[in-house]
Amino acid sequence: MPRAVLRWLRGTLLALAIAAFALAIFGPLINLLLWAVAERWYFPHTLPLEYGFTFWERVFRPTGGAMQSLGLSVLVALATVVVCLAVATPAAYALARLSLPGRSLILLMFLLPQAFPDTPIYINIARAFYELQLNGTIAGVVLVHALHGLVYAVWIATAAFAAVDRELEDAAFNLGASRLGAFATVTLPLAAPGLAASAIFVFLESLDEFTGTFFVGAPDVTTLPLLMFRAAMEGNYQIASITALILLVPSISFMMVVERFLKPEVLARVGA
Amino acid sequence: MVGSGIRNLIGLLLIAPAGALVLGLFVYPLGLSLIGAFGPSVEGGYPAPFGRFRNALDLYADDVLFSVLVIGLSVGIIAVLTVIIAGYLTLGTSPLAVAVLRWLYRWPLFIPFIVAAQAMRGFLARNGLMNNTLVELGLLTPLSAQSFLDWRGIVITMVWKQLPFAVLLVAGAMAALDRSTIEAARNLGAGRVRCLIDIVLPQVRATFGVALVLSTVVMSGVLSVPLMISAHSPTMITAQMAFRINAHGDYGTANALGLISYLLTGAVAWFYLRQGLREKG
Repeated sequence: MPRAVLRWLRGTLLALAIAAFALAIFGPLINLLLWAVAERWYFPHTLPLEYGFTFWERVFRPTGGAMQSLGLSVLVALATVVVCLAVATPAAYALARLSLPGRSLILLMFLLPQAFPDTPIYINIARAFYELQLNGTIAGVVLVHALHGLVYAVWIATAAFAAVDRELEDAAFNLGASRLGAFATVTLPLAAPGLAASAIFVFLESLDEFTGTFFVGAPDVTTLPLLMFRAAMEGNYQIASITALILLVPSISFMMVVERFLKPEVLARVGA
Repeated sequence: MVGSGIRNLIGLLLIAPAGALVLGLFVYPLGLSLIGAFGPSVEGGYPAPFGRFRNALDLYADDVLFSVLVIGLSVGIIAVLTVIIAGYLTLGTSPLAVAVLRWLYRWPLFIPFIVAAQAMRGFLARNGLMNNTLVELGLLTPLSAQSFLDWRGIVITMVWKQLPFAVLLVAGAMAALDRSTIEAARNLGAGRVRCLIDIVLPQVRATFGVALVLSTVVMSGVLSVPLMISAHSPTMITAQMAFRINAHGDYGTANALGLISYLLTGAVAWFYLRQGLREKG
């Protein structure tokens, strides 16, 4: 075969492969969008028979529950961020700066929750929380969300502190600043973008969390993922899809900007 | 060495709150789940210490096998697609195709499993967009269209959701490689595929292994996907654990299943670590 034909064939195959990949990535999302605006859709019709926003009205009206769940989810996520950063920031500073004995072992301990399948752990958290009367409370749900939130917070914050130039801190010491003063005026502001990144990770982790909330929060604490799950199990595709779309917005926005927050020099130091 | 003693004490105090949270929220429940897996079974009347395992296997041996097969298949597909996509991102010659692929692959990265599962419930249904597209393309007739909401749906959802994570890690490691060895091999006439397999892949093995092990752990712990895609038996053991708790209040059997899932993921991690040690030693 002549070279040009071969090249054309290759290009076409590549284009086809990428088109198929695009369909695989976006197909489920488009289907979700269609369900969200479908009034009527059944077999064997390829596309919905009627489009409209009746179900949106049902989701968003005061008795629909979505607004309460959204508010609750945001509240829980913010509280989780506060809890995680409050304990992770000092720990990360110590891990990055104080050259502690057994440092890598301590870092590994903070990674451990990532090494075990979640469901059995959450089942037993719920069991322990039951004794403490934390089941079905917002505090209980915040704590169960803090488990994985803490992993992100400690690791990303440690990397953020490690990326701060030590000489700048030394300069502050030389100018007479105390350790705390140098931390507050030099280290913390310089590490702030990394801490913000870890806060966003924790926020998203909490907003999207399902399994822990399923065992600890149910039936009293209905976060958005739980509301979506309930609608889906009741077979209401429209309501479930609209709720899923609300959950998609923060996830996809973050995917778009993740690189701006996680600078390569911070990413390179995750776990270093 | 008073100075370092004080510094260590301060360090310990700074770490203590976070450490306490991990102890309370992870180590303690992990301990509960391990201890709770042993003892006499409530159902079936098996004696301690392995009664709960015998009961779990009596009831859910099919589901254990199902979980192993579904996760094994998902990890296998993720491994192959990761090599292809990360490889093309690193060695691809068409800047346009590389840019499009880079933009495309990461969409599901932060989409929660539960949303992915809901999207797939529509997409993979008999009347979903996947079948309808295939029908429009003439690759399928409407009557032969079937629902994929069974083990295939679970595999597809897992791969769709977890692939971007593996590609992100592996493509990142590939991008950090010294380009000169790749260029040298290319100049000596090595094809791109050969270059990928013989030069690039061996250098990112560690990252590749970590990506696959972490994906295995995540997929082994997911509850929403089996509940939403295909919850009737045989299904993933996470769904059966939830069933044991919610329908029977039977923590013993649920914890025995939990320990089985630790053992399975632990075996994967162990295999990976041993492989790594063998290569270094």
